[in-house]
Amino acid sequence: MSHHIVEVKNLRHVYPDGTAALREVSFRITHGESVAIIGANGAGKSTLLLHLNGYLPPSAGEIRIGDLPLNQGTLPEIRRTVGMVFQDPDDQLFMPTVYDDVAFGPVNLGLSGAELESCVTAALERVGAGHLVKKAPYHLSGGEKKRVAIATVLAMSPDILVMDEPTSGLDPYARRQLIGLLREFHHTKIFTSHDLDMVLELCERTIVLDGGEVRADGPTREIFRNEALLAECRLEKPLSMQGCPVCGSGSLLGPPFEKGKAGHHH
Amino acid sequence: MASIDGALLDFKRLDQLAAGDTVMHRLDPRAKVLATLVFIVSVVSFGRYELSALIPFFVFPAAVIGLGDLPAGYLIRKIALICPFALVVGMFNPIFDSAVMLQLGPLAISGGWFSCASIVVRAALTVSAAIILVAVTGFPAICRAMERLGMPAAFAMQLVFLHRYIFVLTEEGGRAARARELRSFGKNGRGMASYASLLGHLLLRTWLRAERIHMAMLARGFTGAFHTRELSRFGARELIFLFSWSTLCIVLRLHNAAQLLGSQVTGLFR
Repeated sequence: MSHHIVEVKNLRHVYPDGTAALREVSFRITHGESVAIIGANGAGKSTLLLHLNGYLPPSAGEIRIGDLPLNQGTLPEIRRTVGMVFQDPDDQLFMPTVYDDVAFGPVNLGLSGAELESCVTAALERVGAGHLVKKAPYHLSGGEKKRVAIATVLAMSPDILVMDEPTSGLDPYARRQLIGLLREFHHTKIFTSHDLDMVLELCERTIVLDGGEVRADGPTREIFRNEALLAECRLEKPLSMQGCPVCGSGSLLGPPFEKGKAGHHH
Repeated sequence: MASIDGALLDFKRLDQLAAGDTVMHRLDPRAKVLATLVFIVSVVSFGRYELSALIPFFVFPAAVIGLGDLPAGYLIRKIALICPFALVVGMFNPIFDSAVMLQLGPLAISGGWFSCASIVVRAALTVSAAIILVAVTGFPAICRAMERLGMPAAFAMQLVFLHRYIFVLTEEGGRAARARELRSFGKNGRGMASYASLLGHLLLRTWLRAERIHMAMLARGFTGAFHTRELSRFGARELIFLFSWSTLCIVLRLHNAAQLLGSQVTGLFR
């Protein structure tokens, strides 16, 4: 299935004030991959994401989603294919009730009646938020908001999930739940995050942005072992790959990675 | 900022009341909006010195509170919050309008007192009708009803957004004001100047948020038309509700029921 492919070629974006946010960014993400885009604040992560569903027009370069080049004509189809979950769920949940909000996308796609009903219910059940259906968004907790925001996107059955900082602002338990949930999705997934431990758990591949350029693109584990690269890009190893803070001995997740055997005792 | 946050929580409670399931809640919002409109127009169309004829109108809010199973004490506190403002509007009337209208033994009551009291009672009536309408219908449903009654869709959409984001904006404003207060150490900080830039920041942030919301809408296939579910329909119950309340309001408007009752009672003892 070539449908779930994201291809970016020599993408360049210059903001109206003259700031070049992206320079010659190229990558190709294939079906079912889970990819993290990491980088310092202002490295161009958000700008890049906004290109993937055509909200920002590229100053130069080309974007292809599946078989379609991104342009005005293909925009509606691409916006259905690429489900975008924003960082602040308050921006995403704009309707009076959770139901209306999850239904917003499907209704715009032309669904109605029982079909709409089952689509909304299924999306909410998928994220474990079925009981929230009648609530108003401002009555939800942070974790609940995040789940519902994901449901609003799932309801449009996208092939590609794009999420900006999925774990920001969540308590450890809600974060853990969300990571578990995201692991179950078999979409092509693209995340930006500063939560590098989450990246380590969810993404087999990582793209490092620095000053609007792709500095590195490869297996997550390899990139996180390259301390010089990380330091140059204002990043550092995920905590689970750093030495034990008590005795200073090697990382909890030392290579080769074997879950369950990784722990050590004092 | 405790007061603003508190007021906000209270407002949310008003919203939660709309989730009830009583005869009143189940009525089509359009019937409730129209009945409230007839009620308000009847109340405000009285002459400025009218007082006794207004009193019977309290039957409408009382009936809706009863039928809608609403917490009366809470709503009365909400309504009482508005009364001081109405009092300010009317408080100079007794000074400027000193023509005596009623002589109760040695006590002469001027027209100004009547018009002042009339303003307060009218405010209490109209505000209670509006608050109760929100409590049994919910703000979004009212917007939808008004849209179906012919209000332009753009206005309805704006009102729905206003209602959705007033909570977010108030919280943001509350946080900014708290941050200012914590660093002004009980003094007035830099006075009005700091509030001016605080408001400017709020405006800019609102603007950016609006852009992000628009982005989220576009990402989910928004093309300019706002679809909402139509759940309720205008049936016989709605017609009866609207017709009986409108008739009662108009009758009460044309005949002073309080006076009629009074003369009936005094006639009984004569």
